[in-house]
Amino acid sequence: METFLGIDYPTWWFLVVGALFSGYAILDGFDFGAGAWHLFFKKEKSRRIALNAVGPVWDGNEVWLVIGGGALFAGFPVMYATFFSSLYIPFMLFLVFIIFRAVAIEFRSKEPMVWWRKTWDTTYSISSIMLAFLLGVVLGNVLQGIQIGPDYQYAGSGFFEFLNPYALLTGATTLSLFMMHGAIFLLLKTEGQLYDKIQSLLRRGMVFFMVSFGITTLYTLLYIPHLSDDFQQEPLLFVIPLLTFLSIANVPRLATRKKFRLAFLFSSLTISFLLVLVAVELYPVLLRSSLNPAYDITVYNAASSTKSLKIMMVIVAIGAPLVAGYTLFVYRTFRGKVKLDETSY
Amino acid sequence: METEVLARIQFAFTVAFHYIYPPLSIGLGLLMVIFESIYLRTRNPEYHALAKFWTKIFALTFGIGVVTGIVMEFEFGTNWAVYSRYVGDVFGSALAAEGIFAFALESGFLGVLLFGWNRVKPWVHLVATVGVFLGSMFSAIWIVVANSWQQTPAGFHIVGEGLQARAEITDFWAMVFNPSSVDRLLHVWLGAFLAGAFLVLSVHAYYLLKGRFMQISQKAFKIALVVATIFSLGQLLTGHHSADGVAKNQPAKLAALEGHFEASAPADMYLLGWVDKDKQTVTGIKVPGGLSYLLEYDTEVPVTGLNAFPEDERPPQVNAVFQFYHIMVAIGMALILLTLLACYQWGRGRLFQKRWLLWAFVFAVLLPQIANQAGWFAAEMGRQPWVVYGLLRTSDAFSQSVTENQILFSLILFFLVYALLLVLFLYLLHKKIHHGPYDEEPGEGRPRTREIAEMLTKN
Repeated sequence: METFLGIDYPTWWFLVVGALFSGYAILDGFDFGAGAWHLFFKKEKSRRIALNAVGPVWDGNEVWLVIGGGALFAGFPVMYATFFSSLYIPFMLFLVFIIFRAVAIEFRSKEPMVWWRKTWDTTYSISSIMLAFLLGVVLGNVLQGIQIGPDYQYAGSGFFEFLNPYALLTGATTLSLFMMHGAIFLLLKTEGQLYDKIQSLLRRGMVFFMVSFGITTLYTLLYIPHLSDDFQQEPLLFVIPLLTFLSIANVPRLATRKKFRLAFLFSSLTISFLLVLVAVELYPVLLRSSLNPAYDITVYNAASSTKSLKIMMVIVAIGAPLVAGYTLFVYRTFRGKVKLDETSY
Repeated sequence: METEVLARIQFAFTVAFHYIYPPLSIGLGLLMVIFESIYLRTRNPEYHALAKFWTKIFALTFGIGVVTGIVMEFEFGTNWAVYSRYVGDVFGSALAAEGIFAFALESGFLGVLLFGWNRVKPWVHLVATVGVFLGSMFSAIWIVVANSWQQTPAGFHIVGEGLQARAEITDFWAMVFNPSSVDRLLHVWLGAFLAGAFLVLSVHAYYLLKGRFMQISQKAFKIALVVATIFSLGQLLTGHHSADGVAKNQPAKLAALEGHFEASAPADMYLLGWVDKDKQTVTGIKVPGGLSYLLEYDTEVPVTGLNAFPEDERPPQVNAVFQFYHIMVAIGMALILLTLLACYQWGRGRLFQKRWLLWAFVFAVLLPQIANQAGWFAAEMGRQPWVVYGLLRTSDAFSQSVTENQILFSLILFFLVYALLLVLFLYLLHKKIHHGPYDEEPGEGRPRTREIAEMLTKN
């Protein structure tokens, strides 16, 4: 198989998709997280500030989902096809909540009536919670493996198969991680009373995350042994969980010292490290068949042709700096605390 | 069978709904760029007010376009798994390019476009407006390329057999410039410009009729009329080219467009008609030999008809394809007539005195929308029974593992959510239009320069 810098093309693309998903989780993670806290703010002005903190960027953040989905389709069409058709219901719910959330953000400020704004506030918050949760549920199913039969066809049945205990746990963990991450983001964007309030919410968020993360880790080690196999065979890989734990530990340490910029960096790193952990545990499998390892979807049997992957690497090499460039430009333009003006939501 | 039908209904419904919005975004984007550029050159605050007003409406169409677009991207995987595996290698690079070049450009600059009026210099803002506009144009490129590849596949070879078969790319540029992509892209772009221009025309015609925002509306109406006239006429060219391409590359589709059954005979062109598939007749008003003439400039030249193809390779819904196509063409002609008429009145200096003409423009906003939809329905239904022309049948392409109940569940969900979305869209559109480009004093019919100036100095 052809390689580039000693790594074969399907593996390169695995890294690209991983980087995109990680970017997506960090970016949409903080705005889902911010949305999940929304109903904890009681005053109209607080809600507007919290909403406008994500106002100029949430749409750009969702671009990462589109690019990530496109990258999966392009590089691993087999994975894309089986992944989305097997987890049909959670993905359909995800799409519906994406729509509800966008609608809520856009429409909330368009009418002054209290009932109108309350309705959209609730929609916004519940959608944010459900989106974070569903991402975790999907991740849990991927980690655990799903019933893939021959010809990459999903062989399971039942409407609610995706809702199993492990998926619920990973769902809760993802939600709590994003809530922690989102609260830190909001602290960078707010001041005064709201800032104080979010500080106390962040403390609760951190506890929520530690607890759910602890339970999930324990459950994984006890009941899903295949996920820790790689680490027993290759002790060097223990560096990754170690870094993950260090990064997690840094978040409360920095938060109590009110160094929220650094705390945000470390909550972002935590998300990345957790995904690296997932990637190491899975690779070269992309989607594990719980029926028979022969039916596993791997980076090799799912990949597009080398020719196609090469073309896409060129596209990424040209496109990624551009995307990074204007992402930075947007975040610079809207840096600092939120100031409401007539163009705000 | 049932799953296939449901999957097709769901896809058609979600994509048709989606396609209300991106053309509006592209078309309004063009007009926003024009308004803002004129403002930057002339510093006339009226153009600034116009740019801001249309940006607000653009935000509405763009937002709905994005979320309904995400649905489309994932629906390939959820409902068309076999298709996704089959085309992923080819189609995927176009989709990836769309995401990374186009969508990121649009959404990246959108924040500045919407919220940056007071935060960046005017020229930087114009850069953002142009960025968003170009982004939406690029989006159209990659999506139309991908769809055109389904109509006229090129630059690939087939690997594997049965369920494992798939197309692999051999030549990226041959895939991008497949035989139909340029013609169809131009046709789609122009359709989008018309959708945007006619919305601007409609709203400002309404203001003129109601005696509100008179000066600013006259300016906006004239600019949009120029855009609409140029592109209505242009659409005649791109449409003709597209049809030529269909004749060359998808003869079965062409035959369905005009209801032409005889395997090899001169073909007529219908102005309107009704196709009886079983009797193989078309009843209607026709130009004998018209289609032959359009293709070869000779009414006697034979054109390949539907009977030249095996039964299972003909579009099953001939009458529907025929009707959608003719609706599109008829509307295209109506738009040309309407815009030329308006230009004529403008030349005579009576454009804004003809109230009936302004009323016609108020309602004409629906025409490009209907034409865009009808055109796509003709293109997609005319391609049947293939999802990839000549290679993969629609009946083989859907997700085998997804059950009827699952699709029914999601279809109902989408139906409810989109109905709500449409109601909200119309409500907010009405509200923004009712409010207008700037605040009016009660009972005041005309804009006051001082007020506009005040509004602008606040920024």
